[in-house]
Amino acid sequence: MAWETVIGLEIHSQLSTKSKIFSGASTAFGAAPNTQACAVDLGLPGVLPVLNKEAVMMALRFGLAVNAKINQHSIFARKNYFYPDLPKGYQISQFEIPIVGQGEIEINTGEGGTKMVGITRAHLEEDAGKSIHDLYKDFTAIDLNRAGTPLLEIVSEPDMRNAKEAVAYAKKIHALVQYIGICDGNMQEGSFRCDANVSIRKKGSKKLGTRAELKNINSFKFLEKAINIEIERQQEILEDGGEVVQETRLYDAEKNETRSMRTKEEANDYRYFPDPDLLPVDIEDEMLTEIKNGLPELPTEKKNRFVSEFGLSDYDAENLTAQKSLADYYEAMLNDGAEAKLAANWVMGELTAALNTNQMDVQDSHISANELSELVKRISDDTISGKIAKDVFKVMWEGNGRVDDIIESQGLRQMSDVRAIEDIIDGIIADNSQQVEQFKAGNGKLLGYFVGQVMKATQGKANPKKVNQILNDKLS
Amino acid sequence: MSLEKKQVKEIAQLARLNISDSEALQTTTELNNILNLMAELSEIDTEDVEPMAHPLDMSQRLRDDVVSETDLSDDFQAIAPKTGKQHFLVPTVIE
Amino acid sequence: MHKFSVSELSKGLKNRDFSSVELTQHYLNRIDHSDLNAFITVTEDLALSQAREADTMLAKGKANNLTGIPYAHKDIFCTKGIKTSAGSKILDSFISPYDATLSYKLNMEGMVMLGKTNMDEFAMGSSNENSYYGPVKNPWDKKRVPGGSSGGSAAAVSARLSAFATGTDTGGSIRQPASLCGITGIKPTYGRISRYGMIAYASSLDQAGPITQSAEDAALVLNTMAGFDDKDSTSVNRDVPDYTENLNNSIKGLRIGIPKEYFSEGLDDDIAKVILQSIKEFESMGAIVKEVSLPNSAYAVPTYYIVAPCECSSNLSRLDGVRYGYRCDDPKDLNDMYLRSRSEGFGEEVKRRIMIGTYALSAGYYDAYYLKAQKVRHLISEDFKKAFQKVDVIMGPVSPTTAFEIGAIKDSVSMYLADIYTLSVNLAGLPAISIPAGFSNNLPVGLQMIGNYWSEEVLLNTAHLFQTQTDWHVRLPENT
Repeated sequence: MAWETVIGLEIHSQLSTKSKIFSGASTAFGAAPNTQACAVDLGLPGVLPVLNKEAVMMALRFGLAVNAKINQHSIFARKNYFYPDLPKGYQISQFEIPIVGQGEIEINTGEGGTKMVGITRAHLEEDAGKSIHDLYKDFTAIDLNRAGTPLLEIVSEPDMRNAKEAVAYAKKIHALVQYIGICDGNMQEGSFRCDANVSIRKKGSKKLGTRAELKNINSFKFLEKAINIEIERQQEILEDGGEVVQETRLYDAEKNETRSMRTKEEANDYRYFPDPDLLPVDIEDEMLTEIKNGLPELPTEKKNRFVSEFGLSDYDAENLTAQKSLADYYEAMLNDGAEAKLAANWVMGELTAALNTNQMDVQDSHISANELSELVKRISDDTISGKIAKDVFKVMWEGNGRVDDIIESQGLRQMSDVRAIEDIIDGIIADNSQQVEQFKAGNGKLLGYFVGQVMKATQGKANPKKVNQILNDKLS
Repeated sequence: MSLEKKQVKEIAQLARLNISDSEALQTTTELNNILNLMAELSEIDTEDVEPMAHPLDMSQRLRDDVVSETDLSDDFQAIAPKTGKQHFLVPTVIE
Repeated sequence: MHKFSVSELSKGLKNRDFSSVELTQHYLNRIDHSDLNAFITVTEDLALSQAREADTMLAKGKANNLTGIPYAHKDIFCTKGIKTSAGSKILDSFISPYDATLSYKLNMEGMVMLGKTNMDEFAMGSSNENSYYGPVKNPWDKKRVPGGSSGGSAAAVSARLSAFATGTDTGGSIRQPASLCGITGIKPTYGRISRYGMIAYASSLDQAGPITQSAEDAALVLNTMAGFDDKDSTSVNRDVPDYTENLNNSIKGLRIGIPKEYFSEGLDDDIAKVILQSIKEFESMGAIVKEVSLPNSAYAVPTYYIVAPCECSSNLSRLDGVRYGYRCDDPKDLNDMYLRSRSEGFGEEVKRRIMIGTYALSAGYYDAYYLKAQKVRHLISEDFKKAFQKVDVIMGPVSPTTAFEIGAIKDSVSMYLADIYTLSVNLAGLPAISIPAGFSNNLPVGLQMIGNYWSEEVLLNTAHLFQTQTDWHVRLPENT
């Protein structure tokens, strides 16, 4: 049986406004419980919502960045249901007329291929508070700090056909929202949440299968695993002759399985209707033009520019532009005179490794773009070898000085004096006549042995390029 | 469009209201009386009429993104039915 | 002292004929001896403290027009540190942690709040019989209702337990009690007065307004109540004129429309007589009377009784026993907590309207009910727009009957049908005023005047002139 998977993603992106979408309470992360929930957020009797302009601007920025149709007249609607962390007993959201309509975004499908994924809509809504179940044995504790934080819910078309595509799409959106400065993308803190709608159908069928909605996924790695395990589960059911139930399922990362959510949304009828406390949002053409002109260079544009301007490969450009801060770091290095390809290798190599090990963002890097560009320049001008540079990098990361100081104080300058190298090589050739014969007889691998000997004799400081060149000359 | 007792109980649950079996019958009758009143609306032709959600022909005003509220959590928790460790407490929710 | 109007009291206080403390104490005594059940909470200490402050301001010559004037505040407005119940058990324990914008404004003006008045629960009712705190009695006949939902406020003004009162009007809740109690009440254009802190019943219909002894008093109070509030998205940013400025303008040439649909067989003869007699009064002042038609009038009742319950079913979802208000004893689990807190906390009429609203919004019924009602609402508004092209003011009855006996009307539908003259005004968002215009069987009959959007000045002017030529508005219940 050939099955085809159909995946759509619903992404809730918390907008990085200072205040909430409908009140003036702060949205800062990490505050003590309920200290950032004002009267409006608590849903006290008589309170009313007033719309945050920045949330609207951010939604429009997103819409323009994905070439979407903007609904210049959009309506807020109430989604009615009862839950203790939903103070008003309804969520203010958008239903029939969302602010952003149909759009699209290009993703990499792997192996150098690309594909357009449709975005059905994106709408503004308010986040709910948090329910904490393990603070007390017999009670659930409610913290309403998060209630009222602006969310942009981005709904994709069911255009993805496997977990990798889904992850590629999620990563693309993740990068984009950070690029245009509307969301900090912090999945651990819950500012970027992905739900996946997964269904399968017989290959060639036009009809969609019954879908399950997967929730509680807080990393791209888990997104891929959750989707794959769910595909397996559904396949098993259908192959056994059963039917997939339309439901919400939670992903359990520890067990790597999905389980049905004992649902607060059991056959819920949300009774959507336009919120009578809010008026229609009307966007003037001028505002759209202003926003469009203010958009930064978007990831795809930047990537293409890196390829054409800096001669980078598509793969390198893609990696460097995945995060705007990383791309900015890289460009700053080039502005300081670092060579494009070399700088790219160092950013994607040593720098990224150091950032990952220390679980930090490039903004918190211990080595600035200017400092790293100095290091790279010293490789380009042959002062030190690439290998030595790695050691220098480590010293710099510890905060122990700038490149030139470290090179001087530790005497790391590589030996590039051709005469001196020739002398040493002559000496090594003289002492290793057996290996010289074997090499000349055809054992090319022995070149590494000779290089090693030279390095030993020079405490690793001989310029490897020159060593290779001279060795090749003398041994031929 | 007349309601049956079963429907009434479903609506009650949606609205989180308790309607006992004995009350359900009376409630159903009362509600049906009210619904009969509304049936009159089906007489009118509203084919090309726009719904009017607001008496005002206005657009939503936008508020500047400024933090204007301070921490009044003590005041708010003082009037809550049950609190603990700075949280509002409800009987355990099973998810 | 209690027979003075707000306008007279204001002069008296400025002249130092009496102090605010004296005036306040006088009202507090009257309230204490009253058996009308007009108040849920009497804020004696606060009132006297506000009165003392007012006297200080008056002595310094820094007083406003309404500084030191004692008023009664409908218990639907949040008042910081003071119980705010909306007439309901579910908020019986609710001490509001914040002030409604209106409460704040009246405080800032230096007024004296005597207490929070009784009302139909969550403003749902036309008789004040739906209150957790018991029915309010009509000062004209204590066996009868004062009207609702602002029954307590109307009774308080009618019995001169306060100089004026605040009310709210969603389907007639200022105008109808004003009519049944023989006093003046105006509901301004939707968006004129801030709704922030005014416990919501039907958000697109609710509007606050003054309940007073006269149109002149209403103008004075409206000056303070009206105005833009940036905390309310539905508040209109429009200048507030001095509503007292043009009260005495001549109404010669004013075109008065009488809707033919309002004078059908359903209307009580006596009431029709009073209305038509009043209209002659206006003609004697130079107004021109024409017949107009509001063809969709009859649909006002079903339209309102879909729109309002839909909105309120959602507005009242926040009353869930989680963060404030009534929570049932020993909830077994979350669902039990919701069910019992709400069922034990809400009265029958409120539950009925929540049920209707929930049903009308539910899947499969939205188009037939809510959407349909909003379309008919549009038609009703259009009727008024067309009529106002031909006339300046529309006049007619407020209520098809005078005050009925407490307990007389037992079924909801009959109660709803009595709102026939007032509902369309809220659906369209227009301003309207009710003024005393006569009696039927010794019970007050009110005349309603409906104006075009933002024409409160025209209404107040017209009403004031009527009150200079007649004395219905100074008649008092026996033994007042």
